[in-house]
Amino acid sequence: MKFLRKIFDNAHKKINSSEKTKKFFPLIDSMDTLLFTPNHITKKGAHIRDGIDLKRTMMLVIIALIPCLLFGIYNTGYQHYSVLGELGTVSFLDIILTGALVVLPLVVVSYGAGLFVEFIFCIRNGHAIQEGFLVSGMLIPLIMPADVPLWMVAMATIFAVIIGKEVFGGTGMNILNVALTARAFLFFAYPTKMSGNKVWITGYEDMNVDGSSGATALGDLASTVDLATNDPVAQGVATKLSDGGSFDLMNSFLGFIPGSIGETSALMCLLGGALLLWTGIASWRVMVSFFAGGFLMAFVLNKMGGNVYFDLPAIHQLMLGGFMFGMVFMATDPVTAAQTNTGKYIYGFLAGFLGILIRMVNPAYPEGVMLAILIANVFAPLIDHMVISSNIKRRLKRLKTA
Amino acid sequence: MSQTITIRKGLDIRMKGEAERIISDTQRSSSFAIQPPNFIGTTPKLLVKEGEKVKAGTVLFFDKYRESIKYVSPVSGTIKEIVRGAKRRIMAVIITPDSEIEYEQQQIGDVQNMNRQEVKQMMLDSGLWPFLKMRPIDIVANPEVSPKSIFISSFDSHPLAPDYDFILHGKDAEFNAGIEVLKKLTDGYIHLQVRTSSDEVFMNAKSVKLNIVKGPHPAGNVGVQMHHIDPINKGECIWYINPQDLLIVGRYALTGKYDATKTIAVTGENVKNRKYFKTIIGSQISSLINKNDISDNSRIISGNSLTGEKVEENGYLNYYDSQISVLPEGDQYRFFLKDGWLSAGFSKFSASRAYPTWLMPKSKEYAIDTNLNGEERAFVVSGQYEKVFPFDIYPVHLIKSILINDIESMENLGIYEVAPEDFALCEFVCTSKINVQEIIRDGLDIIYDECM
Repeated sequence: MKFLRKIFDNAHKKINSSEKTKKFFPLIDSMDTLLFTPNHITKKGAHIRDGIDLKRTMMLVIIALIPCLLFGIYNTGYQHYSVLGELGTVSFLDIILTGALVVLPLVVVSYGAGLFVEFIFCIRNGHAIQEGFLVSGMLIPLIMPADVPLWMVAMATIFAVIIGKEVFGGTGMNILNVALTARAFLFFAYPTKMSGNKVWITGYEDMNVDGSSGATALGDLASTVDLATNDPVAQGVATKLSDGGSFDLMNSFLGFIPGSIGETSALMCLLGGALLLWTGIASWRVMVSFFAGGFLMAFVLNKMGGNVYFDLPAIHQLMLGGFMFGMVFMATDPVTAAQTNTGKYIYGFLAGFLGILIRMVNPAYPEGVMLAILIANVFAPLIDHMVISSNIKRRLKRLKTA
Repeated sequence: MSQTITIRKGLDIRMKGEAERIISDTQRSSSFAIQPPNFIGTTPKLLVKEGEKVKAGTVLFFDKYRESIKYVSPVSGTIKEIVRGAKRRIMAVIITPDSEIEYEQQQIGDVQNMNRQEVKQMMLDSGLWPFLKMRPIDIVANPEVSPKSIFISSFDSHPLAPDYDFILHGKDAEFNAGIEVLKKLTDGYIHLQVRTSSDEVFMNAKSVKLNIVKGPHPAGNVGVQMHHIDPINKGECIWYINPQDLLIVGRYALTGKYDATKTIAVTGENVKNRKYFKTIIGSQISSLINKNDISDNSRIISGNSLTGEKVEENGYLNYYDSQISVLPEGDQYRFFLKDGWLSAGFSKFSASRAYPTWLMPKSKEYAIDTNLNGEERAFVVSGQYEKVFPFDIYPVHLIKSILINDIESMENLGIYEVAPEDFALCEFVCTSKINVQEIIRDGLDIIYDECM
C-alpha cells in the first residue's frame, strides 16, 4: 500500500502549498482516513487508546444494513412482477435488475446530496468530514417508497442534513434522527408521493392491472377501521392477512410484501439487529423496550378489537409498517436516543408504544413508527434529565444525612 | 467493620511488558530534580539559589499560598540549576548529588506522645506533607483542616503497575510507624484496602480498618475505594497516601531522617531489562534505564500508560510515580483492511465487542502503542463510559457540565468525589477519542478556585 500512501502524501503536500487550496483539505482527508487509519499519536491524557473508532462503529451499522438493502432490491423487483402476474416466467436476474435499477440510484442520490452538503460545511468550518452521514446516507433510501422521484430524495436529504444536523453542530449534536427527518420532510411536503396506493410498487402507475390495489398491508388495514367486521371489503383484507393470503404472517416476516424499500423484511432487520447486538454497537435496552412497548399497545388494542385492523394479532401487527426497521436501526441511533441506561428503557418503550398507538388509532398515519421515534427523540433529553435528577437527589440526601 | 467490596465495572488492560519481580540496585543518578508542576495547584517560592549546598531534607521551596507546606531535597548536594519555563514559572530544581548522602538530622520524640498539631508541624517542616493528598480536587492536602478519614490503597491496578506486595514485603516496622503518624491526623478511620490475599505487611497492619476489594481496574484507585466505603460530600475531605510514601513517613518517625528511597518498576514492551530498581525520588530516567535497552521510536512515560506523563531520556521521574513505562510510538499509517479500522483486529486490544478481543483467552497479552486509533470527534456513542466507571455518577453529563462551566451542575453531579485518574479508563475506551482527563482537571481547578 506504499504507492497509495505516496499518492495521498503528495496530494496533502499539493493542497497545503497554497492558501487558497488549503481549506479544501477535507476532500483529501476524507479519502485518506477512509483508506488508512491516520498516524496521530496521543498527545494528552491516556497514552494508549482503545482500537475502536467511529469509522468502525459506523461501518458495522452499514454491514448490518446490507441484508435489508439486498432484500429490498430483490423485493422491489418481486413486487413489480407479482402485480404483473409474471413471477412464473421471469428470471431471478430480471427481478434483481429491476430492483437494482430503482434502489441503486436512490442510494447514489442520497449519499451524493448528503456528502455534498457535509463537504460544504466542513470546508467552511475548517474541520475534517465526520462519519455520521455514512449511516444516514444508507438509511434514507431504505425508508423511501420504490417510486419516489430522485429529486425529492435529494431535496429531503439536503434538508435533513442542514436543518436536522449541521445547524446543531454536526455529527453528535443533532436532536432528531437525520434519516427520519428526511422522511418526515417528504411525508409532510409531498404526501401524495409518499403514501397512497401508487408509490409502493415500482412502475405501478403505468400498469393497468385489475385485482390488485397496490396498497401496503397497513394501507389496506387502515381502510377497514370504519367498516364492520363482516363487511365484504373488510373480509377481503382479512383474507389477505390470514394464512395463505398475500400479506400473511410468514410473508410479513420474510418481507414479500409491498412497503418502503428496506423495511418490509422483519427477518433481515433481525439479522442486522443480531450483528449490532453481538458487537455491542446498538443498545439492547432500546430494542427490547421498543418491542415491549409496541407489543403491549398492539396487544391492548387487539383485545379491544372491533374491526379487522384491531383484530390482527399483536405479533403480526409488529411485522408490518417499518416497526422492526425502526426498532433496530432508527430508535437505536445513539446520538438521538436517551443516553442514560435507565433512560433508554423509558425512551424505547415510549417510542414503541406511541408508534403502534399512532398508526392504529389514526388510520391516516401508517407512518406511526417514524413519527413516534421523532417524538421520542424530542423527549430523550427530558427523560435523561429526570433520571439524572434522581441521581442528584440521592447525592443531596446523602449530604443531609452525613 | 471491615468491608468487602466488589467492583463490577472496569477493565484490566492486558498489555505486554510486565516487570520481573527482581529488585536491582542502580547506579546512583548523577542528577536529581524536584519539579513543582508535579504538585498541582502549588505556586513555589524558592528558598535556595543556584550553587547552594543542601542536605537531604533541606527545604527547597514552599507553597506561596499555603506557606506551611515545605518541599525538600531528596539528596544532599549542590543546586545545579533552577529551570524556568514560560512567564518565569519554576519547572524544576536540579540538584547534583554528593557521593554520600548527608541528612538533615532531627530529634524526634515518640510520635505516640505528640498531639495532632505537633505531628502536623513535624510533617510540614520536614517535607513529608506533600505525600498526603486530598480528595476532593486531588492536590496536596490542606493542613488547616482535618479529614474525615484517611485511605491507603495497598495495590495499584493500572496496566503494568508495580506490585506493592513485592516491594513492601518485610517492611512492617516502617509501615506501621507511618500508620502511627497518620493516626494522629484524623478522628476517623484509616482505611487500608487490600486484595483477597495481600502480603502480611498489609494484612497485619495495626490500627487500620482492613477492607477487601475485588474486581478489575480501577479497583486500586483510592477514589473508587472512597466512593464505595466512605463517600465524600460537599464540605468534607479525605486524605490519601501511597504505600511507599508512607514508608518514607515511617522512616522519618523512626530515625528523624528524610530518606526518600523508593523501589521503581521499569515496565513496557519497548525496554529490555524489566525489573524493579531501588532508587531515590527525583532520579533521572537515564539512571534507571540504559539507553541501549530502549527500542527505537519509543515513548518513555513517568508513571503508567493511562495517567503518566511523557518524559525524555534525560528527564526525571515524577515525584509520586513508582513506575516507568516504555511504549512503542504508534506514528504509522495503517491500511484500513490490514491493521486499520476495518481489519479483523485479532492483535488489537479493545473493550468493545466490535473487535475479537472479548473472544480471546484472558491470558493473552497485547502489544499496545500510542496511536490514537481514530480522530477526535464529538460524543456519539453512549453507554461506553458507564461500563468502566464504577461510580454512582453519570460520567458524560459531568464532563458536559464541566465543558459549559456550570458549577452548580458540577457539584450536583459529583465533582467532589472524582479525580482525573478515575476517568482514565473512560478516556481509554472512548470511541470519539475525547481528552477526558484534561477536562476533569479543568473542572477541578474551577471548583478549587470558586468554591474552596
